[in-house]
Amino acid sequence: MNQAASLTWLASHEFRLGWRDWVALMTAGGRARARNAGIALIVVAAFMHVFAYWIVARFADANLASDTTALVGITGTLMLSGSLLLSQAMESVTRAFYARSDLDLILTSPASAQKVFAVRMGRIAAAAVAVAVLLASPFINVLAALGGPRWLAAYGVVAAMGAVATAAALALTIFLFRTIGAKRTRLIAQIVAAVIGAGFVIGLQVAAIFSAGSLSRYVALQSDWMLRHAPDTGSAFWWPARAVLGDYAALAAVMAFGVSILAAAIVLFSRRFGEHAVAAAGVSSTIVRQRRWSRGFRRRSASRALRQKEWTLLLRDPWLISQTLMQILYLLPPALLLWVTFRQGNDSYIVLIPVVVMAAGQLAGGLAWLSISGEDAPDLVATAPITADRILAAKIEAVIGMIALIFAPIVAVLIFDDVFAGVTCGLGILSAAAAATMIQLCFRVQARRSQFRRRQTSSRIATFAEAFSSIAWASTSALAAAGLWHAIGPAAVAFGILAGVWLVSPLRN
Amino acid sequence: MNSQNYPIALALRGVSKRFDRPAVDALDLTVYGGEFYALVGPNGAGKTTTLRMVVGLLRPDAGSICIEGIDALSDPVAAKQVTAWLSDEPMIYDKLTPYEYLEFVAGLWRIEPVAAEARARELIGWLGLEPHAHERCEGFSKGMRQKVALAGALVHDPKLIILDEPLTGLDAGTARQVKDVLRERVRAGGSVIMTTHILEVAERMADRIGIIAGGRLIAEGTLDDLHRQTGKTAASLEDTFLMLVAEQTVAA
Repeated sequence: MNQAASLTWLASHEFRLGWRDWVALMTAGGRARARNAGIALIVVAAFMHVFAYWIVARFADANLASDTTALVGITGTLMLSGSLLLSQAMESVTRAFYARSDLDLILTSPASAQKVFAVRMGRIAAAAVAVAVLLASPFINVLAALGGPRWLAAYGVVAAMGAVATAAALALTIFLFRTIGAKRTRLIAQIVAAVIGAGFVIGLQVAAIFSAGSLSRYVALQSDWMLRHAPDTGSAFWWPARAVLGDYAALAAVMAFGVSILAAAIVLFSRRFGEHAVAAAGVSSTIVRQRRWSRGFRRRSASRALRQKEWTLLLRDPWLISQTLMQILYLLPPALLLWVTFRQGNDSYIVLIPVVVMAAGQLAGGLAWLSISGEDAPDLVATAPITADRILAAKIEAVIGMIALIFAPIVAVLIFDDVFAGVTCGLGILSAAAAATMIQLCFRVQARRSQFRRRQTSSRIATFAEAFSSIAWASTSALAAAGLWHAIGPAAVAFGILAGVWLVSPLRN
Repeated sequence: MNSQNYPIALALRGVSKRFDRPAVDALDLTVYGGEFYALVGPNGAGKTTTLRMVVGLLRPDAGSICIEGIDALSDPVAAKQVTAWLSDEPMIYDKLTPYEYLEFVAGLWRIEPVAAEARARELIGWLGLEPHAHERCEGFSKGMRQKVALAGALVHDPKLIILDEPLTGLDAGTARQVKDVLRERVRAGGSVIMTTHILEVAERMADRIGIIAGGRLIAEGTLDDLHRQTGKTAASLEDTFLMLVAEQTVAA
């Protein structure tokens, strides 16, 4: 066989591409940033180990003799992680189908397309496993350090979960291609991914809200009902949990299951991959007709034309909607808690308000990037007879308008029940959204909207500032809603973040 | 045409722009009303930089730019009101239809809706976009996207149209349509300044041709004027261009 077509050669090619993608994601394409990215990774790893110690240190002594409570807890945690893994894997698989990149080259080369796609699926699985292992490692390391090396078996379970998640993602995506076609699969797959990612967490929170009036997902996992209805401790259902606790027979079974499922999925679906990828590549050339309006052109100011354009582009881009859907999905439990609280007449706003404010800040950051940096026709807008300040103002209005539309119902219900809490929540949302927008303004760069997924890599300062600003405004709102003057503290931190952002802004220097 | 009898549509005086090295160097250039002016030059000569300064996408380090009697540096909004810009890479919105795109442009230029819609329909018809007027641009070929962008540039009835390599990558039919629309604009009294690498286009379409090299205008005039400068009356524009650029390179 020609070396150029061998499986190992293809695999090394795919893994080299994967590695370079990852490095580019970490360093935003700048070689000079590699060292900084390395230092940042070490700092984050250290921080995560401290965080993991705080979370799991008390469970280090759990063993196979543990009761059902421990098994339920571990299984629930694995399922939570599994839903996120599946969500991520679906994202990767969908992206692989729709990335045209080297499709023409592969399909016109004499190499076996099935073999190439099988290797590509292997790369997706490897990436999913690597991410899972990386995220789980601080927790496993802490448990192993405190409770003994038996906890290292959890690495095997996490790897098996990554393999199963990839296999399930492949099966789900191929199923969507076959049932609804290439045109709709991209949107639906991303929505399904977002729902799966948030679904299990939200489900547990909903159960917790109804059973204990709490947002904590672990309340539901440790409820009497759950423990009463859990399978017997000898059941195969607990094998993954037992494997985590150091049962090597269970570990072997779990890993064998993961590898077999993934191998079966690759063998089964690699034949179809090319066919669906070709269909996906043709989607961009399909015609989408808009409803023909008979009303004619409308009279509007330049600012209104810009705002309208931003809203239309956002509403017509299912991919962008699904990217932001996850953040909105997390609003469902607080909204439900609000409803339950309102119905029962007790005060849980202190829990609810920061969640809503945090979500508003994060959502505004994404929308602000799209509106301010993600301009697909920059020359057109810049050569229009309208001042640059007016253009920016119109784009900011578009972001704030969208945030107001999304969050107004929650604020309205709150105001109806408690005016002070409602107004505090509204002001918190406005502050978090305005701060996130200002951060995006300070770090604005010209980019295409399709680069949205990689916006975090273009400026890590902006990303972290946005997150910490939202947290600070969420804390401010919670303390203010509780009537505590301590709210001044996080508010000062929030303003400090903005001042810092202004000082280091590339536009200012 | 005898250009000098017409009002000045665009006047650049001593315009300079420097990046790592001088990109445009004390450039003087005049385009008259109702004139089709082609700006040609080798890669990196400063053509695109010059045009981007005219439309306000770059600010010159020195010099003045006057569009239709308006100082474009002190009153850019008024200058932009009468100007249109079209680059070689059509920048349009994938999720809008051509009709919606033109409505958006009309909104930006604050054009009366009834007049703008009539103009948009006319342009859509001229450019053969009628069957696709209500389809999103995301599936369009480069030629169709360029036609949509051109319609956007013309919907507000600009007095000065500035184009940077507008025919790059277009098929013969689309290129012909674009050229016809531009000629029509010039006949209607508008002015066009266009950069191009396709010298035949400059030769056939332009009233005057400017040759730019090293950020300076090294020759300017009608095709006959340029021939006279090289002393070879039977030469093509390509020969004349290469000769003038070679002389400039040697002199530099």
